[in-house]
Amino acid sequence: MSFPWAKEYKPTSAVGQWMDERLPLPRFIFNALGPGYPTPKNLNAFYNFGVLAGVALVIQIITGVVLAMHYAPNVAIAFDSVEHIMRDVNGGWMIRYMHAVGASFFFGVVYIHIFRGLYYGSYKPPREMIWMLGLVIFLLMMATAFMGYVLVWGQMSFWGAQVITGLFSALPVVGTSIQTWLLGGFSPDNATLNRFFSLHYLLPFVIFGVIVLHVWALHIPGSNNPTGIDVKSEADTVPFHPYYTAKDFVGLGIYLIVFSAFVFFMPNSLGEPDNYIPANPLSTPAHIVPEWYFWPFYAILRAFTTDFLGVPAKLWGVIAMFASILLLFLLPWLDTSPVRSNNYRPLSRILFWVFVVVALLLGVCGGKPAEEPWVRLSQVLTAYYFAHFLIILPIVSKLEKTKALPGSISEAVLAKYGKGGGAAPVAQPAE
Amino acid sequence: MIRLGALAVGLLFVLNALWGAVVPREEATPDMAKQLHKHPKHVEWAHNGPGNLGIFGTFDRGQLQRGFQVYKEVCSACHSINRVAFRDLADLGFSEAQIKAIAAEYEVAAIDANGEPTTRKATPADKFPLVYANEAAARAAQNGANPPDLSLMTKARPDGTNYVYSLLTGYSDDVPQGWAKPDTLYYNPYFHSINIAMPPPLAADGQVTYADGSPATVDQYAKDVSAFLTWTAEPKLENRKETGVAAILFLIIMTGLGYLSYRKVWADIKKPA
Repeated sequence: MSFPWAKEYKPTSAVGQWMDERLPLPRFIFNALGPGYPTPKNLNAFYNFGVLAGVALVIQIITGVVLAMHYAPNVAIAFDSVEHIMRDVNGGWMIRYMHAVGASFFFGVVYIHIFRGLYYGSYKPPREMIWMLGLVIFLLMMATAFMGYVLVWGQMSFWGAQVITGLFSALPVVGTSIQTWLLGGFSPDNATLNRFFSLHYLLPFVIFGVIVLHVWALHIPGSNNPTGIDVKSEADTVPFHPYYTAKDFVGLGIYLIVFSAFVFFMPNSLGEPDNYIPANPLSTPAHIVPEWYFWPFYAILRAFTTDFLGVPAKLWGVIAMFASILLLFLLPWLDTSPVRSNNYRPLSRILFWVFVVVALLLGVCGGKPAEEPWVRLSQVLTAYYFAHFLIILPIVSKLEKTKALPGSISEAVLAKYGKGGGAAPVAQPAE
Repeated sequence: MIRLGALAVGLLFVLNALWGAVVPREEATPDMAKQLHKHPKHVEWAHNGPGNLGIFGTFDRGQLQRGFQVYKEVCSACHSINRVAFRDLADLGFSEAQIKAIAAEYEVAAIDANGEPTTRKATPADKFPLVYANEAAARAAQNGANPPDLSLMTKARPDGTNYVYSLLTGYSDDVPQGWAKPDTLYYNPYFHSINIAMPPPLAADGQVTYADGSPATVDQYAKDVSAFLTWTAEPKLENRKETGVAAILFLIIMTGLGYLSYRKVWADIKKPA
């Protein structure tokens, strides 16, 4: 499960010895996050975001459990109970703002975590399972965040529930029945709110379980690193503790500073003002938009405006939206280049940054009302999104001439720090 | 095989999306309301602190009390603030006796000794009562319009505090050519649909008499009541910012110490050979 030079756990006290023989939990932690886990010594700050995502989940679970003590999942009083938390519960405003802003931050760090994986090829063999489990976590997060947003029972909650469950009604024959089944009625109502509350409380623990699998799968090959090459000897690694515990602690501190700036000084800047209006089934908001972290997918959903091959436009949009995430499961087999890190893939590296811009622009389009020029722009961007993964990347990974890889991680590190800290190139180009 | 399949599926999506982009579509009719609509004016608020940044700054208690007076004498004829309790007025600097006296001016629903519905004088523990029993009653009394509860108004609109101020001072008699305005509605470009059912509530200077000598102008009334409604929407604003400054100071020190220990731990790896 680990490298042969990994430090072995040795209980230092009689109690530790006693425990180790009966339930070796300290040994497990020692090997998972402690000195017993050798980690490449060249991980940069982007490798901090996995830990940050874990912390973000813990913050959501703790604040969420407290909120659930005061929240009432009933359409008559749900909105009032949220305001009760904001006004009358001691520190309730802080707990709720942490939870609402925390959802945005959770997605923010997870997006950076995903893009880091894309850049350094962390989805490639032997790490395909880590990548796919990560995508499962991402899908579960989306479901959880959506249902949590509905619980507020404001205008956007109600109409968001209407629109998102309405996606399923685009399916032929069974669509409407599925929507009714999901909602527990013909429109969002008390049955919807109750089941969403139940699932919103359940899914974070499912996410937690999948994270355990994600981290377990990570510990088989160990972390990838910015060079993308395998660990070859003890000189390439440092023990996770104290090296990465110390480094991750700094990252965590910076994360919490930014998080606090939002929670305490602009807690509503990431949300829609409409959700401070109680849900009203008789009044549709002018622009129904999801939270920002769904915008790119919302843009893809709305990018299909013409019936094509006899399939209605609405159904195309729904298929494309789901496909845009599901295709990521195939990524390890679409990108076949043996070189992982984009640092050594000149063409793929440019494509990566183009894709980042496309994804961000899709996000902008998703937040705008469905009118020109945003619809046409999202159509072109959507075309590129699919082309990037399904057409361009498979071809480029076959044709691309990659740069020479460093002999080992420690060689790359020495090249960086060896010559008096000068900015020596990490590797020489192949030709 | 996977890549061939991906290529086929990819082409399908790409062609479909691009086809949608080139298919000509009907020109959207220009929305005149959108062209006439104005973003809220910018005002410096005491509760936004230096530079209007929103980091420091506390409510101006005098302004909140004046705003409450404007609300009570003008707005409360049609609009409730049902999420605010009388006891909350202590935040504005009112004494317990003053709060009791204010509450006693309102009647709230109650049940008498025989179980019959009746009313009683409100106490500090009660919330400000609704103006209309329900939406139908409001619409019947208000020419079809439903005056919204104002408790959360400044958080329920983009740039809410400035929005309320701009709306109250944004009425105009100069209806642009080509804009249809029914006689029962009023022209206000800060309102999302331009035509608003609410008559200009702050019509003239001197409408409300301030006890503290502040200028009795429409502009001042609008500012004061906007500040008051910022407090009704976010009563814990001061507490929130105070906590935030302390939390961030703590985190900066914690992160600084963490950075020093990081430097020490990594010294042997990062030192030049």
